[in-house]
Amino acid sequence: MKTIGYIVQKEFRQIFRNKAMLPLIFILPIIQLVILSNAATFEVKNIKFSYIDNDRTPTSRALIDKFRASDYFNVIADFPSQSEASSAMLKGEVDVILEIPHYFDRDLLKEKHGNLSVTINAIDGAAAGVENVYINQIVQSFNKSIQVKLVQSSGLAAKPVNIITLPSFWYNETLNYKTFMVPGILVLLVTMITLFLSGMNIVREKEIGTLEQINVTPIRKSQFIIGKLFPFWVLGLGLLTIGLIIAKLLFDVPMVGSMVVMYFYTSIYILVVLGIGLFISNFTDTQQQAMFIAWFFMVIFILMSGLFTPIESMPKWAQYITDFNPIKYFVEVMRMVMLKGSSLTDILPQVIKTLLFAIVMNGLAVWSYKKTG
Amino acid sequence: MKQENVIEVEGLSKKFGDFKAVDAITFEVKRGEIFGFLGANGAGKTTAMKMLIGISTPTSGKASVADFDVYTHAEDIKKNIGYMSQKFALYDDLSVKENITFFGGIYGLSRAQIKDKTAQLIEELGLQEVANQLVGSLPLGWKQKISFSVALLHDPKIVFLDEPTGGVDPITRRQFWEMIYKTANNGTTIFVTTHYMDEAEYCDRVSIMVNGKIEALDTPERLKKQFSVTNMNDVFLKLARG
Repeated sequence: MKTIGYIVQKEFRQIFRNKAMLPLIFILPIIQLVILSNAATFEVKNIKFSYIDNDRTPTSRALIDKFRASDYFNVIADFPSQSEASSAMLKGEVDVILEIPHYFDRDLLKEKHGNLSVTINAIDGAAAGVENVYINQIVQSFNKSIQVKLVQSSGLAAKPVNIITLPSFWYNETLNYKTFMVPGILVLLVTMITLFLSGMNIVREKEIGTLEQINVTPIRKSQFIIGKLFPFWVLGLGLLTIGLIIAKLLFDVPMVGSMVVMYFYTSIYILVVLGIGLFISNFTDTQQQAMFIAWFFMVIFILMSGLFTPIESMPKWAQYITDFNPIKYFVEVMRMVMLKGSSLTDILPQVIKTLLFAIVMNGLAVWSYKKTG
Repeated sequence: MKQENVIEVEGLSKKFGDFKAVDAITFEVKRGEIFGFLGANGAGKTTAMKMLIGISTPTSGKASVADFDVYTHAEDIKKNIGYMSQKFALYDDLSVKENITFFGGIYGLSRAQIKDKTAQLIEELGLQEVANQLVGSLPLGWKQKISFSVALLHDPKIVFLDEPTGGVDPITRRQFWEMIYKTANNGTTIFVTTHYMDEAEYCDRVSIMVNGKIEALDTPERLKKQFSVTNMNDVFLKLARG
């Protein structure tokens, strides 16, 4: 125990003495959290909307006003012809072209239906899909008001009431993407910093030759490893704390669940990450190698974590792989506890799996750390 | 004085694939002796030494250090030896005192012992001025002396020094050897590798390794006589050139 204390003391001295690393550890994640949480949104806003109004009647203008009134669309251009509109889209000046045909108003009145042509720039397929939904919504609501008008003017019996859905979004009522993204990005930051720091720490001692000096002392493997990893475990929890404070103060992310549960889970989770970092450092000789391997795992873990893409839409085999992704569980737990107020019993499956990972990874790490070459 | 052996090596070998880095070396080192372990670059000195200090497992042969077997009791050996590598291996980003505290701590010294040792070491090396400075800011010669003192913190029976004076000036080298003599006089066995043949003259006995084998082992006097030369430099050149 005493020996471990000496190592911990030394590690903390080195961490807090390193004037170049300290800001990297604490300031960079904060900047990332602030920037990424604002940028990593799936909301499609400020759609550059343009139209070609061949009809030029009060009805067609009413339709365009509907778009103008929407928060999602910026009506930026009114093109006289199809060719000009097309060239504007080619240049990327507009995202959507709505073409209202001649006699739109007349057809609507006489034949009770009219055709609209919509062109969407679909280079970003996901965004185009969302834009299409928005446009349809607006057109439908326009449709209803027209129907009401028609009914009023023609004096016929009321048409059957359209069935409309009234969505109710649980746990994130306002569909605020920041509420959804901030906990996830916080997970990434805690993971990245602890993985990279622990992964590179022991390799660094290999590089400068101090590890050999340690290896000729009678220190036990477990003492050395616990002493080495404990400071980064504390650092990881410190990062979580800073992140949670920012999430609350800056983004006003709801924290429904118990912070005790949050910290309990995170303290197990960080052990997994530290185990992976140590395992990597045992098999590498330089910090560059360690960094490359750590990145390799990070990228896979991030993309398969369900943070940016839902796991449900991945192919089956990929879904099985995600079962071995610790980040996935942390993202789940973070969102469950913060947004849903899940209790320890609710997250028990994640806790057990994470604990299992921690045991396996740290077991491998201690086993693969050799005092003898 | 009883002349017991603190290191006994018999037919010790280390192979890396087909390459025999150390090829069946046999020797012993007596208590309190300054044993010079010489050889050209790549002759296998460092590899042999790493087997003796328990950080490299031999391929074959027998060896015991401080009465402990290198195969089965490497960790017990580590309690009884000090080691100073050719690569400076203290923490540059810790102060002199902090380095002493750390290494004292992991050798299992008590707080009080560490305090005493630190005071004693700073006094002996005249480091009062720089005790709280980062080791990285000190000149190499000082670093080497501190490094040597740190290797002696836990009063080991044997100290292994791997090219301890590489890259330092002649005055510092002289001072360094004075420290070695003082340590040996206290009964500590010194196992030292070096490239400087004048340093070989300071040793009680020297062995000279060529291509993984020990080609000569005796006192400097007798080796000079044996090869009919006047200094160790010529002994070395005769052997190393084959």
